[in-house]
Formats: sequence, structure tokens, C-alpha cells
Amino acid sequence: MQSNAALEYDYSLAKKFTYTTILFGILGMVVGTLIAAQMAFPELNYLLGEYGTFSRLRPVHTNTVIFGFTVSAIFATWFYLGQRVLKVSMAESKFLMVVGNLQFWLYFIGALVATVSLLLGSSQSHEYAQYEWPFDLVIVVVWVLWGVGMMGLIGIRREKALYISVWYYLACFLGVSMLYLFNNMAIPTYFATDGLGDILHSVSMYSGTNDALVQWWYGHNAVAFAFTVPIIGMIYYFLPKESGQAIYSYKLSLLSFWGLMFVYLWAGSHHLLWSTVPDWMQTMGSAFSIVLILPSWGSAINMLLTMKGEWNQLTDNPLIKFMVLSSTFYMLSTIEGPIQAIRSVNAIAHFTDWIPGHVHDGVLGWVAFMSMASIFHMAPRMFKRELYSKKLMEAQFWLQTTAVVLYFTSMWIAGITQGMMWRAVDEYGNLMYSFIDTVAVLHPYYTIRAVAGVLYLTGFLMFAYNIYKTMTAGRELTEEPQFRTPMA
Amino acid sequence: MFFHWLEKNPFFFASAISIVISFAGLIEIVPNFAKAARPLVDMKPRTVLELAGKNVYIKDNCLSCHSQMIRPFKSETDRYGDYSLSGEYAYDRPFLWGSKRTGPDLHRIGNYRTTDWHEAHMLNPPAIVPGSIMPAYKHQFTNLADIETAYAEAVTVKNAFHTPYGSEFKSTRAAWDAHRPKVLADAKAIADDMKSQEVKDAIAKGEVPEVVALIAYLNSLK
Repeated sequence: MQSNAALEYDYSLAKKFTYTTILFGILGMVVGTLIAAQMAFPELNYLLGEYGTFSRLRPVHTNTVIFGFTVSAIFATWFYLGQRVLKVSMAESKFLMVVGNLQFWLYFIGALVATVSLLLGSSQSHEYAQYEWPFDLVIVVVWVLWGVGMMGLIGIRREKALYISVWYYLACFLGVSMLYLFNNMAIPTYFATDGLGDILHSVSMYSGTNDALVQWWYGHNAVAFAFTVPIIGMIYYFLPKESGQAIYSYKLSLLSFWGLMFVYLWAGSHHLLWSTVPDWMQTMGSAFSIVLILPSWGSAINMLLTMKGEWNQLTDNPLIKFMVLSSTFYMLSTIEGPIQAIRSVNAIAHFTDWIPGHVHDGVLGWVAFMSMASIFHMAPRMFKRELYSKKLMEAQFWLQTTAVVLYFTSMWIAGITQGMMWRAVDEYGNLMYSFIDTVAVLHPYYTIRAVAGVLYLTGFLMFAYNIYKTMTAGRELTEEPQFRTPMA
Repeated sequence: MFFHWLEKNPFFFASAISIVISFAGLIEIVPNFAKAARPLVDMKPRTVLELAGKNVYIKDNCLSCHSQMIRPFKSETDRYGDYSLSGEYAYDRPFLWGSKRTGPDLHRIGNYRTTDWHEAHMLNPPAIVPGSIMPAYKHQFTNLADIETAYAEAVTVKNAFHTPYGSEFKSTRAAWDAHRPKVLADAKAIADDMKSQEVKDAIAKGEVPEVVALIAYLNSLK
């Protein structure tokens, strides 16, 4: 115990990445809300000339929330909890501090420039891998720097056994490395010829069906290793810390971890059901998607059972509310995904709004809730001040929960309606609806979704304000709180 | 216990993760690779103008709302035409199947839409399809398509992947200068079917507006 108390952790990097989490969160959600509104009110496409159309802005939204907001939150939490579970301070190694700072600045500047490149229309077109090759190289360097920092910290650790959270961050590092490298294999045309054309342009190493397979092996598992794996790493650390409860079952965490590692990657081909990918691959994708319920629910149930006997905390600690609700949304999302991966359901759901609906109950309800809860927990410890306002947190919680529910219910209805209308035939077997009929019918649902976006964004701004006030006006703490985060 | 040992040995832990996550890709993707890359018999790769149009399609990210994948259901073949075959995509780098149909599928749009239809539609979609939520793409009439990059792409795929472009496709600037009139002739053929004087003037000056390349590409989707 006494050795723990003596150790001063260095939070400078955790703080820096916390700021970018908030910055990119606001940016990504503003763009997301705008493009949601564009689908209901197309006139909004003309706010920024050619740079403001839905089609240009959608990759800006997806990439900013993935590589900006989520990846920042992953880095921020790693630089906070990594030191603590390994019982070693970053400040003990000059080398690790230099690597960490280099990682931060390269990441921050790279992310800004890459976002501008998307606005200008520079794109490899692979979803969530749109950045052209020079930006890919920067991302690889940032990622390797993170890996070096992580391995370095593990190398000088005092606590010999790696805590569960570290397993997940390690898996995030390894998984994303593999996926990103293979999916972005491309030849820059400028260098393959005598300097002809645009230096940024490149051509994919894979073609057609192969390219689709590699892309969705990546696309699905980028979700796995960026939106699931590190977030589980967060909850395994922050829930026990906040609640003062030990993790319910070590065996369940083992089973869930290795289960997730093995099963997740097979499921990528469920994005390609009924396409020209061979049937056996589609079937594998479907089957493994169903199996994926086991490790996913394993983690979520482990979290919920960790609260066993302590459910009263749910009523008076908004942070526990955020974390428990995020596990619940994780369960919802991981049962919904497998349902959509069943062939007959997929025939209706694919290409419709049910898919973005599914993505968003996961990212808004699970990823963003858990990331915000983590930052709420870290802030008083990093800034040595009490959280500024519990009331504001409560209001934010209910506003954003309402937003998520509005988002996914409206998109469920929209998706299933459209899927059914596309295939509806009259008594003679002729198609009943022209395509535009199936667009017009969605207007009310698109409007509801845009409202949901505004609500969620408002909640996020409340979060940003709360953190800002905590840093500047929160009551100062004389000693570090042990479990429950103090709030005014 | 094995797992307790593993948790104290980060190198082996990381190796174990790497092995466990590699299985799926190796078993699902690799075995079919060569077969899935095979084109249909006698299929020709896209012309340079069509490639430039494909790059406009990517630049303005048409695939965020349009698919190019007709699934084997009667409701889809009735609406869009024959279902898609793997070999049809063999020269597509990247693939452009899309994942969302906010608008209709475009894989065979060349069979049922014409140059003048596209011209009017890109200028003002709701005027052609009442109720459409697609934005207008007026800037494609003034922005110029990057035909040189498209040529560089053709040469690159010919050299790297043996895509069957003719022997005149070489990586030198001289070869490009020799090929350029052919691209402009293709562009003129499209522009002749268009109404916009602005576009015709640009073509006369030896420039290719984005919309011309895009229409050439859309017309080639059959």
C-alpha cells in the first residue's frame, strides 16, 4: 500500500488526449447532426458549396468520430490507466515521454490535415479507410509510436501480471495494426509512372470481390478492435474503480476475451451477404456472427454482475448510471448485429437505414457513453478538483439517453419500412413502389433522427462544459479520491 | 495455470493474440483469392475517360448513397436488371458496391439512362425526380476531371496486375501526350449529347469537365 501512495503518475498525455477527445467529439457530432438533417431537409446541402454535400461530409463524420473522438479516448484512457495498472509512472522514463508527445503532436496535426483532405474529395473510397496513402503512412507511424510506448511501459512495469484492461489495449494495438495495413495496400500512381498525375492518388492492390472481402474484414473488425475491444478495456478498469466492487468473475473475463479474439474476425463477411462473395464465406460470416453473442454478452454480464448487491449506487451516482447503461447498450447492439447477420433478415435490412441505426446504438450508447464516463472519472484525479456539477451530469444523461432511443427506434422503422417496400409486389407480381416512393416515406423518420442528433450533441456540449468548469472552477481536492468520484 | 503464466509474459501474450486473430483472414479470404480476381470472358477494362469518371464518382462519394450490387432477388432484378456477377468487378480497384441505398442501385444504369438525362439530373435532381433528396452537383460542370491521373492509373494497373490495356499504354509523358487526343475525342462524343454551352466550350479548349467523365463512367455501367 505504502509504495502505491508514493507513486506520482504523470497525466500530461492523458490530459492532452482528453482535450482532443472533446474537440473531435464536438466536430464529429456537429457534422453528423448536419448530415442527418440534410437527409430530412436537402436544402442544407448547399451551405458550403461543393464541400458541404452529404456525400463529401459523411466520411468527414465517420472518420472524425472514429479516428478523432474514439481513438483519442482510447489513447487518453490508456495513458491514464496504463500507468496505474502497471504500477509505473510515465515520468520514470524520459524516452516514453518523448515517444508519447511525438505520438500526440503527429496524431493531432495529421488528423486535422487528413480531415481537410477528405473535404477536398481525396479518398480511397474504402469505408473508414478513405484517407489517401500519405495519411495512411502518418497513421501507421502514430500507431507504431503508441505500440512502442505501450510495450515500453509494460517493459518497466512493477506489477508483473497484466490486468484485464491491458489485454484489451494490447489486442486493440495488434488488431488494428493488422487490419489497417492489409486493407490500405495501394500503389501510388504518381510513383508507378514517370510522375504522371496527382501525387496523392493510389490504386488498390485488390480488385472487385477480393477488395470487398478485405474491406469488410477490415470494416467490421475496425469496429471490433476500435469500438469494442478498448472500450471493454475501459469498463474493466473504471467500473470497479468507481463502484469499489471487484470484477464478478475472472473465468468469465478469460472466456470473453479469448472468445472475442477468435470469433470476431470471421464475422466480417456478413456485410456481404447475397453479394458475389462465395456462399460458404457468407455462411461462415452468418454463423460466427451468432456465436459472437457469447463473448460479447459474457463481458457485458460480467460488468452487470460486478454491481451485484450494490445496485443502490445506480440511483445516486450518475457515473455508475453511464457505465451500466453503456453495458446495456452493448448487449442490445451485440444481439441486434447477429440478428441482422441472418440471411433472411439481411435480405431486408441490408442497404437500409436499419444499419446506421444499429451502428449508432452501439457508438452513441456504448462507445461514447463509456468514453465520457471514463473522462468524468479521470478528471478529478488528473486536475485534482471535484467534478463541477452533478445536476448537469444527470441532465446530460437523460438527454442523451432519450437521443439514442429516438435515433435507433426511428431508424429501425425507417429501415424495415424501406426494405419491405423495395420488395413489395402487387397481385400480378409487379413491383408496387417506384424507388422515390420509398424515399418520400422516410421523411418523418429522418426528421426524428435529426432531432435525436441535436439532443445528443447538446448533451455532449454539456459534458464538455462540465469538464471545462471542473478544470477551472471545481473545488480543489487535497487527496486523491479512492473510489466514488466526488462531485458538486 | 496456463493463463496466469501467459499474463505475466507479455511477449507470449501478444503472440497468442496475434495468432488467434489471424485465423479468420487466412481461412476465409486467402483460399479464394485467385479465383475471385478472374474477369468475365472478353471483358474490356474501362477507358481513361471512364476511369476519370470513376474517380469523380469517388471524389464526390456517390457510393455513400448508391450501391453497385444487384442481389439475386426478383424484386431487385425487376427493378435494376440482371443480378451482379463476380467477374464483372474484376477490374474495379477499388470495388464500389456501397453499403447504403439512400438512392437506387447504379450497377446497370447505363442500360436505362442517357447522357442528357444525367446532365439535367446532376444540375437539379428534384426537377427530374420529384421528391428526390439528392443534392445538385453543379460544381461538376466547372471543375475539370483529372484525366492525366486516370491515365497514370491505367498504366499502373496494366504494369502491376496485367489488366489488358493496349501496348500504347506506357508510363512516359510522351505516351500520355499521344493518348490524350483519344480521351478528348471520347469526351467530345459525350459532350455532343449535352446541352450545356459551358461544357462544350471547355471541350473545345481541350479540357474535360468532371460531369463529362462521370457520365462516360455511368454510361459504361451495364
